[in-house]
Amino acid sequence: MSQPLYMAAVFFPLLGAFIAGLFGRKIGDRGSQIVTCGGVLVAAALSIKIFVDVALHGEIHAFTLAPWIQSGTFTVNWGLQFDTLTAVMLIVVNGVSSMVHVYSVGYMGHDKSIPRFMSYLSLFTFFMLMLVTSDNLLQMFFGWEGVGLASYLLINFWYEKESANNAAIKAFLVNRVGDFGFALGIFGCFLIFGSVQFADMFHKAPDLANLSFLFLGHTLPALTTVCLLLFIGAMGKSAQLGLHTWLPDAMEGPTPVSALIHAATMVTAGVFMVARLSPMFEYAPMALMVVTLVGALTAIVAGSIGLTQFDIKRVIAYSTMSQLGYMFFAAGVSAYSAAIFHLMTHAFFKALLFLGAGSVIHAFSGEQDMRKMGGIWRKIPITYAYMWIGSLALAGIGLDGVFGMAGFYSKDMILESAAASSHWFGHLAYWLGVIVAFMTAFYSWRLLILTFHGRPRADAHTMEHVHESPWIMLGPLVPLAIGAIFAGWYADDWFVGAARSNFWNGSIFVLAQDNTIDKAHFIPEWEKWLPMGFALPGIIFAYVFYTLKPDLPGKVAKACGGLYRLVYHKYYFDELYDFLFVRMASRLGRIFWVGGDDGIIDGYGPNGVAALTGRIAKYIGALQTGYVYHYAFAMVIGVAAFVTWFWFRS
Amino acid sequence: MNFTSLYTAFPEISLAVFAMLMLIYGVVRGERSAQTVGIASFVAVLSIMIFVLKLGFIYSPGFPKLHISAGCYGCYAFDYMFIDDAFARFVKVILLCGSALSIILSWTYLKKENLSHPEYPILILFATLGMLLMVSANDLLALYVGLELQSLSLYVLAAYNRDNAKSSESGLKYFVLGALSSGLLLYGISLIYGYTGVTKFTSLSKLFIDMHQPPIGVLFGLVFICAGLAFKVSAVPFHMWTPDVYEGAPTPVTAFFAAAPKVAALAVLARLLIVPFGSLAHQWGQIIVFISVASMLLGSFAGLVQSSIKRLMAYSSIANVGYALVGIIVGGTAGMQALLIYVAIYFINTLGVFAVILSLRRKGKSLDRIVDFSGLAKTNPLLALTMVIFMFSLAGVPPLAGFFGKYFIFLAAVKAGMMPLAIIGVLTSVVSAYYYLRIIKLMYFDDGINIFDPLPEFGLRIVLAISALYMIVFTIWPAPIIDQALIAAHSLTGG
Repeated sequence: MSQPLYMAAVFFPLLGAFIAGLFGRKIGDRGSQIVTCGGVLVAAALSIKIFVDVALHGEIHAFTLAPWIQSGTFTVNWGLQFDTLTAVMLIVVNGVSSMVHVYSVGYMGHDKSIPRFMSYLSLFTFFMLMLVTSDNLLQMFFGWEGVGLASYLLINFWYEKESANNAAIKAFLVNRVGDFGFALGIFGCFLIFGSVQFADMFHKAPDLANLSFLFLGHTLPALTTVCLLLFIGAMGKSAQLGLHTWLPDAMEGPTPVSALIHAATMVTAGVFMVARLSPMFEYAPMALMVVTLVGALTAIVAGSIGLTQFDIKRVIAYSTMSQLGYMFFAAGVSAYSAAIFHLMTHAFFKALLFLGAGSVIHAFSGEQDMRKMGGIWRKIPITYAYMWIGSLALAGIGLDGVFGMAGFYSKDMILESAAASSHWFGHLAYWLGVIVAFMTAFYSWRLLILTFHGRPRADAHTMEHVHESPWIMLGPLVPLAIGAIFAGWYADDWFVGAARSNFWNGSIFVLAQDNTIDKAHFIPEWEKWLPMGFALPGIIFAYVFYTLKPDLPGKVAKACGGLYRLVYHKYYFDELYDFLFVRMASRLGRIFWVGGDDGIIDGYGPNGVAALTGRIAKYIGALQTGYVYHYAFAMVIGVAAFVTWFWFRS
Repeated sequence: MNFTSLYTAFPEISLAVFAMLMLIYGVVRGERSAQTVGIASFVAVLSIMIFVLKLGFIYSPGFPKLHISAGCYGCYAFDYMFIDDAFARFVKVILLCGSALSIILSWTYLKKENLSHPEYPILILFATLGMLLMVSANDLLALYVGLELQSLSLYVLAAYNRDNAKSSESGLKYFVLGALSSGLLLYGISLIYGYTGVTKFTSLSKLFIDMHQPPIGVLFGLVFICAGLAFKVSAVPFHMWTPDVYEGAPTPVTAFFAAAPKVAALAVLARLLIVPFGSLAHQWGQIIVFISVASMLLGSFAGLVQSSIKRLMAYSSIANVGYALVGIIVGGTAGMQALLIYVAIYFINTLGVFAVILSLRRKGKSLDRIVDFSGLAKTNPLLALTMVIFMFSLAGVPPLAGFFGKYFIFLAAVKAGMMPLAIIGVLTSVVSAYYYLRIIKLMYFDDGINIFDPLPEFGLRIVLAISALYMIVFTIWPAPIIDQALIAAHSLTGG
């Protein structure tokens, strides 16, 4: 396939965004929908072709488009690179994005600014594509910031809502923290490698493994430091523990946005980045340890919060966060291919779950609280089926050697790799991951039961209006559902199976002694079965809790008391941050504003000078008495003063 | 004296003859002649202006030339009492133009206020004649005579609305203080004469160049002369008459005051300090620096608290004189050029402002409070826009002409190494920007009574259009004025 077609897969969404964004008024709502959906659908079709060429036939393509920055020894070009990792991401991004685009035609059909929405969606897609196709860190950062911008715009799409404003600002600011790390990481890369081109960096990484540099009198291992800085960026974008607080709030955006950006694609950018930089991370074992621990902790913290939430979208959001944790600890134990595998399967079933949830919310006329749902599975059977498929895939249900849902293959691979790890943190991650598998199954079925079963808890008026979504919304879910069912089974061999070294074709690098995926075949049999052994009880527990004994959850919550409150309030992260950062910053800002700006700068500067000026003016005005003899006196004094001056001077 | 003298002084002579003819005609015809005299005076002043414009080119080789280079011909007359050089001609064109525009400006106002008498244009003619003589004076006495002719006419003009107490008061104040200043000037002249024995500029110049250290009497004389002229340009501390006279005199008279006599006095001061006292620059520099800085400061600050637009313009003119004096302090060709460009822009800018003030009427009554501008943009957007142009130009906002006026002055100061002066100038022009911008704010953002009479007749509109266009056209095509100012500056400094 030729270069223009590769470029089309990246730039068609931009073209759509451009047309819908600037000429939305001219071409109307329908025109905007056609242009943007068309652009992304074409890009998706091309992505499949690219996947076949690149991943299956082993062609690697790289194009340099134009020079970007040239300053001294620092040179960066606009360049596209298509290897297997990119090709997988292209499928995920363009595939999910195109489905979300079509879904949005229905879901946002009654909105008053359709062109803007479609344009933002396409713009997001473009930036995401820039991120995954980049051949250097800086262009990746460009895409990285671009998706952040698009995320901000889309969370705040209903900008009349104050909660949306706050959520958007929060998302942006928390991401800034991560981006700061990322930027420092880029600087560091240039410092130690002298280049930000991936090829150059990876080439030099093995030789520089033991390099160190001085910072404030401390000797730091260079590669580890840089990897950790870059990982901070990944933590921000992928909502890992500590920088995760923005993701649940980001659910203020329209549901298609949550599905595309905050589940399937953007939040996985961090995982992608770590996988892309695997040739660097492999030589920084300390960094890998941090990645594993952060990932595992995120998985369990987010999973536990997910158990207690009632907002349907927030449950899925915490689930997303938890699954991202899986991906990170997979990367941390060097099972990058398993991480990307899970990224791919997760994109399918999580987008499916989100869009299904959107359909539920649609059916309930905008209600998101699961306590006010229930009893509608007969009324919206197709959505119900979708949610089941998504939940089964998420919980990773399957039978080894026979068939499993998508999540079964990828999640099991992650856990087995962790178990096969030769490091202590790998085993810790395995055990936490197993517990999370239980939690995942529990909250998934809790969601299913609360939403669809039991007696209806919505008011009669809402219940009357419950209806299945139109096919423009249900249709796009078909490919996602197929992916959620078959993706794992079909692609297992490529991603983590026997064919994987041909498949990845060098785009992911693993040191021989850390090859956990190989080792995963040799772990004890019970360790392979344990995840399933935890997931199935999760489903049963959920059934008991919410169908057989509906008063049990309340009792358990009461019995656990403090622990329950801790989890229900999301471990008080928001409150802590509010206290530590928001209020401190606000107080500091107030000091600078009232004391510094108003008091000193304005007080002595503009306002002070202005007041002084006014006072001087008044004094001078007072001189003007209106009496001729005063005037004459002034003149005579003036002359006398000059004469005196010369008298004494000469 | 010979025939060539008559030719060289032809503009002045013809203006004098014409003014006297008009006086006779006015007396014979009585009140009815007011309009005829007005139109005739306007035409006459304009024709003389055109003649002056051409005068430089028609000197034949037989005349005693001053400078042959750069096309700046000049000529002495009446036994070196009178000089006609490029500098004088440049200033005279400004003066005649200012007078002509002032005559048109006054028509409506005088008619509406029942002040339409033939004396008015005739007084302006005599004042103009006095100014022309001042500018061309090459002798201290000739200078004094011209100055007095101008001043006497102005005293009468200030009190022109004699039934109005304020007008009479301002005329009287102006007269009393003016007499004092004339006394100072005359005393200074006598001191100079007493210590040197000559009064001609050229002789004085030669004398001072040869003199190693001037006697103290000469310095005192210089101080007195400077004080007398500083009064005329209303520089601090000899400025105090200005606000009262500006406010009390009928508005067209104020416009005339602001435009013409200021320019004439500045030109005379420049010629006096550069030509005869050129070698005493170190001495007079101390005086002029002081009055320049004081004028800039006082004019800018005191303007902030004014409520009458006419008083505001008085302080504005004080500040502007401060800037113009910077040009004299810098001296040399660059300083003179900057000064001439400055006055060429300032006089028409200020005439434009007064045209706006004269256009501002509510139910036939003229308005002169600053707050009266409130809401003008809503009822009369064109007039408001014109005012915006004038105000921005006075505040020195690029790309309007006023910016370039200040630019050349400060550039000259900086190039001459007088940084402090330039800094004070820029800072004070920031202060004064407040009161100019405030008027714009009132017009566009504040609500007022919002009733204004429609734009008045032809005369005012012409002045408004010419001055507003000038502010803009100068930016695009400044060459004629800049070039002529350079030639004029050369003729004065001999550079």
